[in-house]
Amino acid sequence: MRKVYMDNVAATPLLPEVREAMLPFLGEVFGNPQSLHAWGDGARDALDQAREQVASLIGGTAEEIIFTSSGTEANNMAVKGMARAKADKGKHIVISAIEHFSVLNSARTLQKEGFEVSIVPVDGFGVVNPDEVLKHIRNDTILVSIMHANGEVGTIEPVAEIASRLGKDGPVLHTDAVASSGNIAVDVKELGVHALSLAGNQFNGPRGGAALWVKRGVRMLPVLDGGIQEGGRRPGTEDVPAIVGLGKAAEMAAKALTARMQRLSALRNSLIAGVLGKVEHSILTGHPRQRLPGYASFCIKFIEGESILMLLSSHGIAAASGSACTSRALKASHVLLAMGVNHEVAQGSMLFTLGVDTNQEDVDYVVEKLPQVVDRLRQMSPVYSKFLKEQRG
Amino acid sequence: MPVYSEKVMQHFMNPHNVGEIEDADGVGEIGNPVCGDMMTFYIKVKDNRLEDVKYKTFGCGAAIAVSSMVSDMVKGKTLQEALTVTPAMVAKELEGLPKNKLHCSNLGAQALRKAIKNYALSNKIDMPGLTDTEEPEEDEHACET
Repeated sequence: MRKVYMDNVAATPLLPEVREAMLPFLGEVFGNPQSLHAWGDGARDALDQAREQVASLIGGTAEEIIFTSSGTEANNMAVKGMARAKADKGKHIVISAIEHFSVLNSARTLQKEGFEVSIVPVDGFGVVNPDEVLKHIRNDTILVSIMHANGEVGTIEPVAEIASRLGKDGPVLHTDAVASSGNIAVDVKELGVHALSLAGNQFNGPRGGAALWVKRGVRMLPVLDGGIQEGGRRPGTEDVPAIVGLGKAAEMAAKALTARMQRLSALRNSLIAGVLGKVEHSILTGHPRQRLPGYASFCIKFIEGESILMLLSSHGIAAASGSACTSRALKASHVLLAMGVNHEVAQGSMLFTLGVDTNQEDVDYVVEKLPQVVDRLRQMSPVYSKFLKEQRG
Repeated sequence: MPVYSEKVMQHFMNPHNVGEIEDADGVGEIGNPVCGDMMTFYIKVKDNRLEDVKYKTFGCGAAIAVSSMVSDMVKGKTLQEALTVTPAMVAKELEGLPKNKLHCSNLGAQALRKAIKNYALSNKIDMPGLTDTEEPEEDEHACET
């Protein structure tokens, strides 16, 4: 049976070059970068190189890169650390309704500490309107966190415009660029942000290798207390193999970026056209054009996402869903609900994320199998039979 | 390890007794697509026995497997026997369900019970413990809207 992996949002395959780069650091080069001997030197050199590679991917400087264990950790550090550092200036923060849980729940934690949180709504495409952000800004607003691209529907947000509207003397602006970094061009200067999170596992690096870029001069309190690693901002012995992998993945992504964006956008457009054309009562979620190259996301009416995933899996196809039943918490995707998708339709959410290994045959296979899966589930759906009866009058 | 037991997967991949009964003697609908699961059970009764049981289900793999299993367990049984089927029995026959999917087994048993009640009420048959009781509010399945 054909195997088609379209769940790159959950995990990307490690590039062979990245694995090769990491291997010495799982073997002979085991030293601690803080040590003042040859073993430490080797590890420290590797860390320095990775810092350059990551900085270069996003147009920052090496000193501004803080390595973290995950995008979640980077987001926690940025939101909590920068808000707490500015608490004497004000206690109001602004985020969007479609942020990742690591931002949403960090904001919730800050609320318990006495901060006020405003949540900016999004439109039907999942776009944060800069006007809406501006409306929520007050004299005591110290931090704004708006994601660069959404990881469930792929919509790219107008972060640069938000930054310029907030102005030089405005609050600190953080962007969660975990879904976008390594997949589209990301430049901290063009975006005009003060902090940016990224994670290597979204661009064929290893899990455990992620980073927060913080503009020189921007204050941030550490979330973990400890020693002097990462300038004291993220203490804890460095995960050298993961960081080396992140660095190599960043270098590879930067090189391949333009070609890969073009290739994936074409495949994605073919998948979107195929699904919308062949599956009746299906809708595209997210912005039709301002979206990540590899993201094709839909809601398929009258059926439920988990059962779609299970039948696709029986055909060798891997995808994801934001339905309530798919989530361990049994809650429908907060992103889809914020976009105004109703609860019933959100149950049929499907997300196909294309990656380095995806080709046109994969897309064709999905476009062939998905309609069969949908038909089969609709045949047994009481919601679909009701719809048909109502249609007949 | 896969999330679902082999038995659940068998019933999900090849659900038994799917469909509607046009001239059903009783119909029971439970759940709500808004919450993620909805089941409609149809029964045909002859000489106090479930001569035929069919259903339509909107929901996850567990909800579909539960519907299939419930239909198998009660087909051919007397109404009284069918009413003794509990969610725990359904889950056991399916070789277990993930903890957060146990509510699906409640839905199956409840939908069937509703169909039998619908049959009894429309045929003015007294069934103590069923026709003389109010149905509980739809199960505890946390559906936050």
